Amino acid sequence: MLDNYLPIFTLILIAVCFAIGSTVFSGLIGQKKPSEVKLAPYECGMPLVGTARERFSVKFYIIAMLFIVFDIEVVFMYPWAVMFKRLGMFGFVEMGVFILILLVGYIYVWKKGALEWE
Amino acid sequence: MENLVQTALNNVNMWAIMPSIILVCFAMGLLLINAFLPRGATKPAMWISLIGLAVTAFSVISGWGSPQYGFSDAVALDNFATFFNVTFLIAAAMTILMSDDYIRREGYPIGEYYPLILFTTAGAMWMASGTDMMTIFLGLEVMSISLYVLAGFFRGDVRSNEAGLKYFLLGAFSTGFLLYGIALIYGVTGSTRLSEIGVFLNAHPSLLSNPMTLAGIMLLSIGFLFKIAAAPFHMWTPDVYEGAPTPITAFMSAGPKAAAFAAFLRIMEYCFFSLKPEWTAVLWALAVLTMIIGNVIAISQTNVKRMLAYSSIAHAGYALVGMVAANEIGYSAILFYMLAYTFMNIGAFAILVLAGKKGEENLTLEGLSGFGYKRPLLGVAFTICLFSLMGIPPTAGFAGKFYIFAGAVKAGYIWLAIIGVLNSAVSLYYYLRVMVYMYFREAEEDYSWVKVPVSVVVSIVIALVGIFYLGIIPGAVMDLARLAIF
Amino acid sequence: MYNYLWLIPIMPLIGCIVNGLLGKKFIKNEKAIGAIATLAVFSSFLLSVKYFFQLLGDPVKTHQQVVFSWMSVGDLQIDWGFLFDPLTAIMLLVVTGVGSLIHLYSIGYMHGDPGYYRFFSYLNLFVFAMLMLVTGNNAMVMFVGWEGVGLCSYLLIGFYIDKKSAGDAAKKAFVVNRIGDFGFLLGVFLLFWTLGSEHGVWTLNFVDLAHHGHVLGFGGTVVTIVTLCFFLGATGKSAQIPLYTWLPDAMEGPTPVSALIHAATMVTAGVYMIGRMNVLFAMSPTTMMTVAIVGAMTAIFAASIGFAQNDIKRVLAYSTVSQLGYMFMAMGVGAFTAGIFHLMTHAFFKACLFLGSGSVIHSMHHALHHAHLDDDAQDMRNMGGLRKKMPITFITFAVSCLAISGVPGLSAFFSKDEILWWTFGSTRGMWYVWAIGAVAAGMTAFYMFRCLYMTFYGKEKTDARAKDHIHESPLVITIPLMVLGLLAVVGGYIGVPAILGGSNHIHHFLEPVFGHASEIYHIGIKEAMHHNHALEYGLMALSIAIAFLGIAVASVMYLMKPELPAKFTKMFPKFHRLVFNKWYIDELYDAIVVNPVKAFGTFCWRGFDVKVIDGVVNGVAKLVGLCSAGLRHTQTGLFHNYALAMVLGMVVMVAVFVLR
Repeated sequence: MLDNYLPIFTLILIAVCFAIGSTVFSGLIGQKKPSEVKLAPYECGMPLVGTARERFSVKFYIIAMLFIVFDIEVVFMYPWAVMFKRLGMFGFVEMGVFILILLVGYIYVWKKGALEWE
Repeated sequence: MENLVQTALNNVNMWAIMPSIILVCFAMGLLLINAFLPRGATKPAMWISLIGLAVTAFSVISGWGSPQYGFSDAVALDNFATFFNVTFLIAAAMTILMSDDYIRREGYPIGEYYPLILFTTAGAMWMASGTDMMTIFLGLEVMSISLYVLAGFFRGDVRSNEAGLKYFLLGAFSTGFLLYGIALIYGVTGSTRLSEIGVFLNAHPSLLSNPMTLAGIMLLSIGFLFKIAAAPFHMWTPDVYEGAPTPITAFMSAGPKAAAFAAFLRIMEYCFFSLKPEWTAVLWALAVLTMIIGNVIAISQTNVKRMLAYSSIAHAGYALVGMVAANEIGYSAILFYMLAYTFMNIGAFAILVLAGKKGEENLTLEGLSGFGYKRPLLGVAFTICLFSLMGIPPTAGFAGKFYIFAGAVKAGYIWLAIIGVLNSAVSLYYYLRVMVYMYFREAEEDYSWVKVPVSVVVSIVIALVGIFYLGIIPGAVMDLARLAIF
Repeated sequence: MYNYLWLIPIMPLIGCIVNGLLGKKFIKNEKAIGAIATLAVFSSFLLSVKYFFQLLGDPVKTHQQVVFSWMSVGDLQIDWGFLFDPLTAIMLLVVTGVGSLIHLYSIGYMHGDPGYYRFFSYLNLFVFAMLMLVTGNNAMVMFVGWEGVGLCSYLLIGFYIDKKSAGDAAKKAFVVNRIGDFGFLLGVFLLFWTLGSEHGVWTLNFVDLAHHGHVLGFGGTVVTIVTLCFFLGATGKSAQIPLYTWLPDAMEGPTPVSALIHAATMVTAGVYMIGRMNVLFAMSPTTMMTVAIVGAMTAIFAASIGFAQNDIKRVLAYSTVSQLGYMFMAMGVGAFTAGIFHLMTHAFFKACLFLGSGSVIHSMHHALHHAHLDDDAQDMRNMGGLRKKMPITFITFAVSCLAISGVPGLSAFFSKDEILWWTFGSTRGMWYVWAIGAVAAGMTAFYMFRCLYMTFYGKEKTDARAKDHIHESPLVITIPLMVLGLLAVVGGYIGVPAILGGSNHIHHFLEPVFGHASEIYHIGIKEAMHHNHALEYGLMALSIAIAFLGIAVASVMYLMKPELPAKFTKMFPKFHRLVFNKWYIDELYDAIVVNPVKAFGTFCWRGFDVKVIDGVVNGVAKLVGLCSAGLRHTQTGLFHNYALAMVLGMVVMVAVFVLR
């Protein structure tokens, strides 16, 4: 059974050898003339503007979090919608309760002012 | 497909989750109310949450002796769950009673504090009554996330922030192990239902030596060992306990720890009974390590809160001894011990809350100098709690340790019992040192102690009554614990 | 049926708590404190009476009530349970009945004492502990009561906290009692372990013990050791040789305490315990013989010391020791019923005597205090001729003296006579025990009447300045005296033997408790003597004669020719000194036990403890401290180190578990 995999193993071996070999080989024989431009992260394209570790306002995170919470709510509704008829009244009430719980969260968030940008 | 839906609908049993439904309803209602109350008005929140706990307690206790199963065996509100639920509710109530004045004093009179405690309690209750990996995991997450927030509740305080963040990161890390373990076990057995896993493993002995099963068991255990703060997964405990608000520390050391024990116990007993000799051997080593690390490091602490954190590690070690024993006495002793620990530890923390000077917390040993004379009654109460933590009769701590070690001896682990008792002896040192400071050191002259609110006193009285009740007539509760185990 | 049995011990406990917690600051009023305490005990008495009569008409004689499970570890299952059977019923009546009267008496006696509330709180606590002792349905609950009464005895002997002698006496009582308790506890352990591990009967419940005790085998070594251990406990609590020395010193406590604890109830606990475990004792003839001989020796020995005491309470104390010896004698020859019977009558007349002496001391004290004199209010040499000044006290005291001496028709006559008859005629009886008992009876009559004459007759020896201030005590003191005096007279009529035309009610009543063991192990009056009425009458007449002889000698020496005792003392100075100094037993104990132990203790402390033990302990502590200081550095506070520790732990755990 393992015989069937022999070509694959061979291929992997060759690939690894080639990758390592070419890197090491070029490192050994290639010329090295580093300059500031060459060492920059993005050597091509636009010159750098400021640092990449910028701080964002916490409001973005809050909005993002709230979005996820209320978005996932909709995800739960899909399977329910598919099975709507079979689940019958019980399913309907359950979903109502689910929405109600989210509503509590929504009211809380609203009242706390998390939805206001300023 | 039709059948599946029908089975699922037939298996709905709201009674099996009634206590947690009640508790969560109260918590959500409270959250809404808080949104409309002005900042600083925490008294109503406290009362409502206490009422919520009382109603839940009524619903929990009335279910004793008539187990409810539901949701295709994913939830079981049996005596085991009920016993633990009562422990959680007591822990939550005592915590809430000691909190109100404290959070106001520390400058965070924010009402969300109470619903968070209720959510934590609800999560703990699901852990205790879950009989499916998913239910238990759900409970664990609800409990943990609320606790992360509570640990970092003092958001202007660096230490509290540190506590919250560390707890969150390490907690998430350990949850990873837990989930991986669940996944491996699911891969082996094809089920997340505890009883099905157990039956399946028992029916296929070849799987018992399968690396996947074994690795799964260990990873799963790590998730819980982290929560109960067993070495070497205890590192978070001192930092988090020290930084978190004092009542939350008290709560964390009692409620969630008991919840983790409940779920751990149930999983090990339901799923992996076929491998009992193997996993008890591992727990043997961990119990010894935990007891030694907890007790030995506690000796060199100068901060009482941090000292109690190490002591809580040590106590987790004692309770693990009961799991190693893995017999009737050992298991029921864990139930008993968790209840006893709830009383004595939360009691000690409640007094620590009152040891603060005006405006700031006072948690060092030095700071407690002369406390026994300035506040004689509190001093005596603290002494009693510490005696109980040491395990001196006639207190709850003694009875608890006695049953634990009795279980170990009965199961033939004489050496484990001896190590445990020796560790108790070591623990005398750091508990007694607190008393030395309280009674044999002069107090500073200009010492303005905080005033003593009634609610905290109620909490302390509950603790003392519990300590003496369990200490003097342990048989009554022990019989209940015996009825509660499987 | 007996659903409120638990209330009987609880009522005094409530009284104790109320008075103990609120007495000093809130109640304050002496009358209220006394009333609470007395009513608490009295309500227990009423309930006891109700249940007693209920039991009389009940065909089932043994009832148990389990309140809750107390301890449960593996095979050790101990309930907090109560047992109600004829033996308990009688003890309940004695304890609560005499207890109520003494509480009432104390209201008057303790009047004006700064520790009033404390006194009643302790006294109620004592009654609670005593009731636990007699109602407990297993040996552990009994042990709680057993220790509880010991504690209360300690607290009450040392009640006058500013007197050093009181403190010393309390300590002595406690330590000597502890020796006995140690024996009791060893007995419990050994019994429990042997029954359980060898015979599979894990129990300490008295009813189960009575049913399954026989598995230990008649005359077996284990049962002998167990019962001897129990008997050691009894000698401590009930002041028998060799542990009797604490009781005379215990007279340092207030007189009601002496009456209640050191005469009527606590000291009889040992007798009760043997009665409760009669099945075990019946199985070991060796132990029974030991009990009988120790009892007889104590009876005569204590009586001899009683000859020469001048302190009125000490005379009574030695008399108590002697009478307790009588009870043990009875238990030892298998006359369980007679022993309990004597326990009951003794409770009546001895309580009456003590309370009477208390009444005398009380008024003497007041009189001396009034006249600013330092004379000892308890020394009989300062009394005399009080008969006219304190008529009620005198009459009740005299009646009790007649009763204790065994004058026909009074209570102790019946009980004492029954005991003597059994010592002679029982299958476990021995003629020399009878002889000692009979002589002791005569001695008892002698020293009791000596006491009576020195106190109430003859010349008034009280200092002239105080003399006129002596007067009869108030009603609250004399009413208990009268009731107890009446009981001392009629109390014996529940046990009139068949030979005198009675039907011995108490014997039939206690039959369910003692009959079983007596039947299997053949304890009873010997066949040959069973119908020998002449012998029985003869012995009875002889003991009456001895009693009257004792009274007569006392009358001659202390009433008619008061100069005789002094002459006698001069004639045998050494003998008198020996008796006066209580045969130097206390000194002997000091020399052979107390001082060597002290010396050994000092050696252990100076030589061994300080150098060796402390060195080891400190060394270990230092080592642990070093470990701690080292280990705490593992706690770096850095998140990634923590995570690393977790991962390492995980790797090790999984590797060990999988590779194993």
